Amino acid sequence: MPMQGTSLPASLLSIEPFDRSMVIDIYETMLAIRHLENEIERLFLRGLVRGSTHLCQGQEAVSTGACRAMSDGDTMTCTYRGHGAVLAAGAAVERVLAEMLGKGKGLSGGLGGSMHLADLSIGAMGSFAIVGANLPIAAGLAWGHQLAGNAASIAFFGDGSTNIGAFHETLNIARVWNLPLVFVCENNLYGEYSPIAATTAVTDLAERARAYGIPSERIDGNDVFAVTAAVKRALDLAREGGGPTFLEALTYRHKGHSRSDPGTYRPQEEVTEWLARDPITRLRDWLVTREVLTQEAARETDERIDAATRAASNEVLDWEEPSADESLTAVWQ
Amino acid sequence: MTKWTYREAIRQALVDEMNTDGNVVLLGEDIGAAGGVFGVTKGLFEMFGPRRVRDTPISEQAIIGCATGAAMTGARPVAEIMFADFAAVCYDQLANQLAKHRYLTGGQAELPVTVRLANGAGSGFGAQHSQPVENWFLNHPGIKIAVPATPGDAYGVLRSAIRDPNPVLVFEHKKLYPMKDDQREKTIMPLGRGRVVRTGRHATVVATQAVLHNAIAAWDVLAREGIGVTVIDPVTLVPLDIELIAESVRDTGRLVCVMEGNQPGSWGEHVIAQVVGAAFDHLDVPPCLVSSPGTPVPYAASLEDAWVPNVAPIVGAVRTAATA
Repeated sequence: MPMQGTSLPASLLSIEPFDRSMVIDIYETMLAIRHLENEIERLFLRGLVRGSTHLCQGQEAVSTGACRAMSDGDTMTCTYRGHGAVLAAGAAVERVLAEMLGKGKGLSGGLGGSMHLADLSIGAMGSFAIVGANLPIAAGLAWGHQLAGNAASIAFFGDGSTNIGAFHETLNIARVWNLPLVFVCENNLYGEYSPIAATTAVTDLAERARAYGIPSERIDGNDVFAVTAAVKRALDLAREGGGPTFLEALTYRHKGHSRSDPGTYRPQEEVTEWLARDPITRLRDWLVTREVLTQEAARETDERIDAATRAASNEVLDWEEPSADESLTAVWQ
Repeated sequence: MTKWTYREAIRQALVDEMNTDGNVVLLGEDIGAAGGVFGVTKGLFEMFGPRRVRDTPISEQAIIGCATGAAMTGARPVAEIMFADFAAVCYDQLANQLAKHRYLTGGQAELPVTVRLANGAGSGFGAQHSQPVENWFLNHPGIKIAVPATPGDAYGVLRSAIRDPNPVLVFEHKKLYPMKDDQREKTIMPLGRGRVVRTGRHATVVATQAVLHNAIAAWDVLAREGIGVTVIDPVTLVPLDIELIAESVRDTGRLVCVMEGNQPGSWGEHVIAQVVGAAFDHLDVPPCLVSSPGTPVPYAASLEDAWVPNVAPIVGAVRTAATA
């Protein structure tokens, strides 16, 4: 949904005027992501989601905020922890669940699975299983936008991606070619099982991007309005021909790296501290304080979306898997 | 009749496609201002400008990634990998991303990407600038592979590749860049169609690129000995025109594949496996693969010359097959 001027506050701390329906919509999107991930977790424990899956509970503000700033024609790529981004971009929850379950009517026809959600019709150009692989491709999307018009591209990636070669190649070429590319780094302080300081020479990730001459900012990734404001500024700059921006969004994942990871390598006090900064709770408190929703209405919204997600999942469980013929025709155009 | 070189034919294909379709854009290292290290893209920067002919940093992952991403916005990128061996630097972007992104999105993504790579041995560039890299990619569903051996085919195959909605790797043999040939009509050669280059009844020889020309020279020698050979150039390895080869083997009963490159996982082994499946009852002798000696490409001239099968081993292999 395109942004208009001062429709949203600059952060959860600001007191500017805002569009009531827009902030409710944002709240509902974040809840939709939370309940989707909770449902996927349940499906995984039942053995219905296969292999592995990478959940993003706790990081909803980054994907929701960034996707909210996009305009029609903009594109987005994300990582294997991308269910939230693809949902926030506007994908139908039934089709996301269907892809997770390997159904023929999944977003990718059941051929991709958890790590490869994509809906090109809404600009969700791919989720990428190889760390950092989406970055050179995001540069390509941005280059294509530069050739064709004034759209821009957003690339989501994690702190761990900042150590892979493709990251550095992309930052460099984005600056040299002045690409309309917004780098959104979800720094959740851990690259898989490793804390960032154990693997990363410069843990101020915005500083790493500054080394490439790219304007960079560290933001509160659990303040959805701050994310939207920062991404909107970056997209506007990109569209005016101002080139790339790097945003380091500080956030935290509530769960382990993947479903097989109980996350015991993180200190309990750290986990507790971050759970208290839950982006959905913070937004709910803001909505109640600003009298957009009552406490009761907020709870009802939460329950409604939880129920809707479970119902969607139950429906999708009965859908068919793809046929072998369908698999073959997707190789060549 | 006018003549053109393999290099000029490739350049002409790029010019003709860029004039036909405004979405075709080029990117690669030193392709613009410098006209390409092999001079293939000379003049294109002046003709089409910096918007459509882009010099890149030395960033192979970014080169292929940019081609993949831009293709999804409606551009038709032609990326150059300066020496085919550098495909190892961007192997993830080629094999995991470009080859698979259409499939992984259930057919949503359209990836009309062409990648041109300077391929092959015999020019003294050493082991990391001389490999026959087409063999690395035989096994990745989603990528087409072309290995043209003549100026006419280089022209026709490259135009086809650029028009193809799928990713295509076009391997240009660097030794063939100065090769001159008559410029007949400029035709677009469909991918997946091989070519019978010489005919004869005693054996079928399959060869590509530089070795194809050695096989043609071997045909002359063998003809003088009364041994007739059908020489086939597959032109494309994926998709492969196996029926053209099998049909000939059903006639001759003898198959000799000749290639520069080591055996394991090579197109030569693949052709033999396919022909055995398609024409087993017609084989009079076991199929033969003449290949490189199982080392990286050596630098010393005599060793590198021997690494690429030349006329003598081809003649020897055919003579053995024909008289067995």
